[in-house]
Amino acid sequence: MDQIDQIFVSLKHWAVHFFPAVVQPLVSAGLSIAALIATFGSIFAITTWVERKALGRIQNRLGPNRVGPFGLLQPLADAIKMLTKEDIVPVSADRVVHYLAPFALIIPVSLALAVIPYGRNMAPVDLDAGVLFFFAVGAAAEVAVFMAGWSSRNKYSILGAMRAIAQMISYELPLVLSTISVVMIVGSLSLVKIVEAQNHFVLGFLPGWHVLTPWGFAGFVLFMIAAAAESNRAPFDLPEAESEIIAGYLTEYSGFKYALFFLGEYWGMFAVSGLAVTLFLGGWTAPFPFLVWVPSFVWFFAKLGALIVLFIWIRGTLPRLRIDQLMSFAWKFLLPMSLINIVVAAVWHFAAGWSFPLASLWRWVLCAALVAIPYLSFGRAMAGRRRFPKRVYQYAT
Amino acid sequence: MLGTGIIKGMVETARNFVGSYTDEARLTTSEYPEEKLSPKENARTFPFLVFDTTDSAAGLRCVACQICEKECPPKCIYIEKSKTKKPDYTGKPQLFPAVFDIDISVCMSCQICVEVCPFDAIKMDQAFELSTSDRFGGLLLHKEDLAKPNDYYISIHPSEAREVDERLAAEKVKAEAKAKAEAAGSASEPKPAIAPTTKPAPAQPQTGASATPAPATT
Repeated sequence: MDQIDQIFVSLKHWAVHFFPAVVQPLVSAGLSIAALIATFGSIFAITTWVERKALGRIQNRLGPNRVGPFGLLQPLADAIKMLTKEDIVPVSADRVVHYLAPFALIIPVSLALAVIPYGRNMAPVDLDAGVLFFFAVGAAAEVAVFMAGWSSRNKYSILGAMRAIAQMISYELPLVLSTISVVMIVGSLSLVKIVEAQNHFVLGFLPGWHVLTPWGFAGFVLFMIAAAAESNRAPFDLPEAESEIIAGYLTEYSGFKYALFFLGEYWGMFAVSGLAVTLFLGGWTAPFPFLVWVPSFVWFFAKLGALIVLFIWIRGTLPRLRIDQLMSFAWKFLLPMSLINIVVAAVWHFAAGWSFPLASLWRWVLCAALVAIPYLSFGRAMAGRRRFPKRVYQYAT
Repeated sequence: MLGTGIIKGMVETARNFVGSYTDEARLTTSEYPEEKLSPKENARTFPFLVFDTTDSAAGLRCVACQICEKECPPKCIYIEKSKTKKPDYTGKPQLFPAVFDIDISVCMSCQICVEVCPFDAIKMDQAFELSTSDRFGGLLLHKEDLAKPNDYYISIHPSEAREVDERLAAEKVKAEAKAKAEAAGSASEPKPAIAPTTKPAPAQPQTGASATPAPATT
């Protein structure tokens, strides 16, 4: 079982040992990059198919069913279509920036994918400050979006880019703050160490995942909301709201560059989903002790797939927010909640030292109450504002 | 509580997702090329020319009056009058279009040509599978492409066609009666030179009933 679990690691070691020692690090890095691009490229293809199929079924349609069995070859047909399309650059566009923008999105997103541990010993790069690195390169994606909007010299593009910047910067805060609680509890910024910290079982059968603690559950929900906004997914797809501003910053892109943007956005979604799996869902660890024989990377990708399905499900359910709702939700709800969550994590950390009877139960109840009470009161406050006075028609008779 | 609405919505979409696999009746769409729904009676695409009998040239109702050509807002109709005349459905000699073209890439399906046609010669079609590989020649329909039998018109717009047929039949009966009266008048009268001035007098109110309001309104 260990051999299957470590099969990719040993394959890489075996492949690398054919090369002279000087180039071995380079070959090793190259192999990791190739594996990442191949894996996430195919996940991207499958996701586009699953998304179209699931959205169709949610709307009581059939979804793609023409190309191949169950429309499974649809991503291939889409890829061929994208690659053979004419690449149009507007006359008055800033050609260099317009050309560079898709690459400026792809590069940070693929860098972010590099620090996630995909299995036991399977982090392509094990950085001591993995979380920090992830958010540092993730923030660079905003520059790419603005480059695309600015260089197109199109009002819709610039509107979309402005919205994207406002949205991504606003949601970066709750995204980072909700991860801080994990970093506080684990005491490390290394994603490998964060997974190791969850690799144990509570009471012998429950997984020690952070999502199963009060602060972890709240953090997970906050993180997923902010992640949906960060990756411009519905209901936070204002930057490319097709019913309002055509396609936002993508308006002037066509052909392969458009495909690259599309790929970058999906990879961004995979990256934040992978980070959510790592931080809250126990990374590559098994959910139950009797399932530990299943290879670790299977667990990671199963959880990743579940989160992708969740994103698609939410997209099929919720309508798009208005820009003021988006902003007030970020600043008036997510930000205070994530700040409160940090306090809850601190309480949880220090309450571990309690030594009276049923201490762990009391710790649980206290932390759950500390999360639930602000949540309920915020909810009540937000609902209360929606009460409209009875309408009086002044001029009607 | 905040968030319950989202949960309810997600349950609803999940029900749709599962239901679409278990319950065929939920699927609102039909698989188009294999399974074609017949268009609604009032559906319309582009105009076509109606002809009576089986001969598309002789039975064409159009008399090349060019009203539709003048009224067409996007100017997609082009008509050339014929040099000779042919009898229409009542037997009266009329001009016919030597050329009648409609550019359906320009046509906006407004139906104004149908509204203004005094001869019920142009009607709206329901054919929608009109894609072609030649976007100039293929979308310019000529007289031969446009001429379609009255039976086809009856099959696509039954109630509207019934009304038109009744009206035309009534007019035909009227015209025949008039012709018969004229024939009888010319046969009985010894002096044909006076016949038009005296004999049509009793027949005048018959046709005049429909003819006199027209000058009154104009």
